[in-house]
Amino acid sequence: MNWRAIQALARRDLLVVLRSKGILIPMIVLPVIMMVLLPGGIALFAPAIADAPGADADFEMMLQAMPPEQQARYAAMSLDQVMVELLVLHFFAPMFLIIPLMVASTIAANSFAGEKERKTLEALIYTPTTDTELLVGKLLTAWIPALAVTLVSFVLYGVVVNAAAWPTMGRVFFPNLMWMVLVIWVAPPAAGLGLSAMILVSAKTNSFQEAYQIGSVVVLPVVLLLLGQVSGVMYLSIGVLVIVGLVFWLIDAAILWYSARIFHRDEMIARL
Amino acid sequence: MTPHLIITTDNLTRRFGETVAVDGLTLAIEAGEVFGILGHNGAGKTTTVRLLNGVLGVDAGSARVFGLDPTREGVAVRRRTGVLTETPALDEKLTAHENLHIYAQFYDVPAAEIAPRARQLLRDFELDERAAEPVGGYSKGMKQRLALARTLIHQPELIFLDEPTGGLDPVATRRVHDLIRRLSHDGQHTVVLCTHNLAEAQKLCSRVAVMEQGRAVALGTPAELARSLWKGVRLEIELEAATAATALDALKRHAQARQVTWDAPADEPTGRASLWVSEPAALPDLLAALVHAGGRVYRFAPQEPTLEDVYFALHEEVVP
Repeated sequence: MNWRAIQALARRDLLVVLRSKGILIPMIVLPVIMMVLLPGGIALFAPAIADAPGADADFEMMLQAMPPEQQARYAAMSLDQVMVELLVLHFFAPMFLIIPLMVASTIAANSFAGEKERKTLEALIYTPTTDTELLVGKLLTAWIPALAVTLVSFVLYGVVVNAAAWPTMGRVFFPNLMWMVLVIWVAPPAAGLGLSAMILVSAKTNSFQEAYQIGSVVVLPVVLLLLGQVSGVMYLSIGVLVIVGLVFWLIDAAILWYSARIFHRDEMIARL
Repeated sequence: MTPHLIITTDNLTRRFGETVAVDGLTLAIEAGEVFGILGHNGAGKTTTVRLLNGVLGVDAGSARVFGLDPTREGVAVRRRTGVLTETPALDEKLTAHENLHIYAQFYDVPAAEIAPRARQLLRDFELDERAAEPVGGYSKGMKQRLALARTLIHQPELIFLDEPTGGLDPVATRRVHDLIRRLSHDGQHTVVLCTHNLAEAQKLCSRVAVMEQGRAVALGTPAELARSLWKGVRLEIELEAATAATALDALKRHAQARQVTWDAPADEPTGRASLWVSEPAALPDLLAALVHAGGRVYRFAPQEPTLEDVYFALHEEVVP
């Protein structure tokens, strides 16, 4: 494996992303809204949300889906503190996964379909890089920045929610073990899901926008997690996250195995 | 001395569904030559380049490049080739310097050599003053020159140029022609020029293959191809219009002359006769016959068939 060529490919694709405002801006704005402004506001105003009419019933539903020990723990806390924990630790957990998914799929759409659109693929194909090196280079181009953005978002989220909820909580309550599992075990394959789905979509599309739009369906599993959590059908515990992560890793492995089989020069060049 | 063959193909064939893009191509290209592959769009030129670089698999037949099989040893082949694609295929968000630097890394050029080579190429192609600007702002000619520089960054022994002057202005075209000549004269490079610009091929190529519908319908030097198509010589004669009638009669009666045509604008004192002469040795006799018939001859010019004549004659044979 020629790592120098892989590094050059990743550098090239990342420079293109960094210099494309249409791609870069959404990748900055979305995490800032989702992981800074929204949770900051919610953590700050959680007590007011707890006092809202009907809030008791909604949260009762979520609490009932939790294990008894968690319910007992919440029974010892004030309603405002419970509200903050529910929102910050549980409600935002599935939403957080949208970040690695979205960043990875955006970069991958640019790297695979965007390459065809910019008509730069043919020159790349004539280089002495192997098919595997091209695939690995493009995967890392999307995966590593997605993880970096995820990690930065996680740190920002922690700082913002701890600061905003300090008057209510009076302590550093974030991150807990569940979030550590989320960041270390679930977020990496979630990013992998975004980019591997985009490899499949890009094989059939010829533009960044087209690939990005079709590939957006990949956020559906995360939306289902979110709905399950909010509706009280499911409680996002460590055990559930371990299973979710495992499922994501297995899906990634299956798609990557298939991608490696279809990612060949002659297939790509025949479609130019 | 046996020529050193860089490329050999034997019955090389590639299909896309029902379409045969390259159909039984057999050729041999020697080290150091500028070899032209001529043909219309879709004739199979680009597919041939792809097959020879191992980026497309072969359906039948075989190819050897540097003695290697491009299908199985494509990486080793591509390490030693440079390909200028029909469109420049540059990363337009990157600067010229970045484009060269990144491609040098793809070809594993030693790190210490990249910057000096890139600087030299940018100077050679007169791009050094704007080397730090994104390529998106370049003119078409500048992009083409940069794409050529990128093709040469790893100092390939075998260079494929697919329509290298397409869309360039005459000055830029001349620069590219000069470069191709320089590359071929140093003896270190072999150039395969794919073009439908016949004048360009005539100027630059030592030998050509004419491709039609995936097949090589002719192969050789332009002169060899002409001789294979026409046994005689095309002749153009400028005659005084007033004395032309008897002279033309003499031409038509001559045993070695055929297909005589006459074109004389109404208000011009002279006209032009065109004809085929079966044997070049009959030219002096033909001139004497004209003079003897009272024709006043202003110009008597045997014409070497151009590559364009050859190409269209072949094209008519293949596509009636």
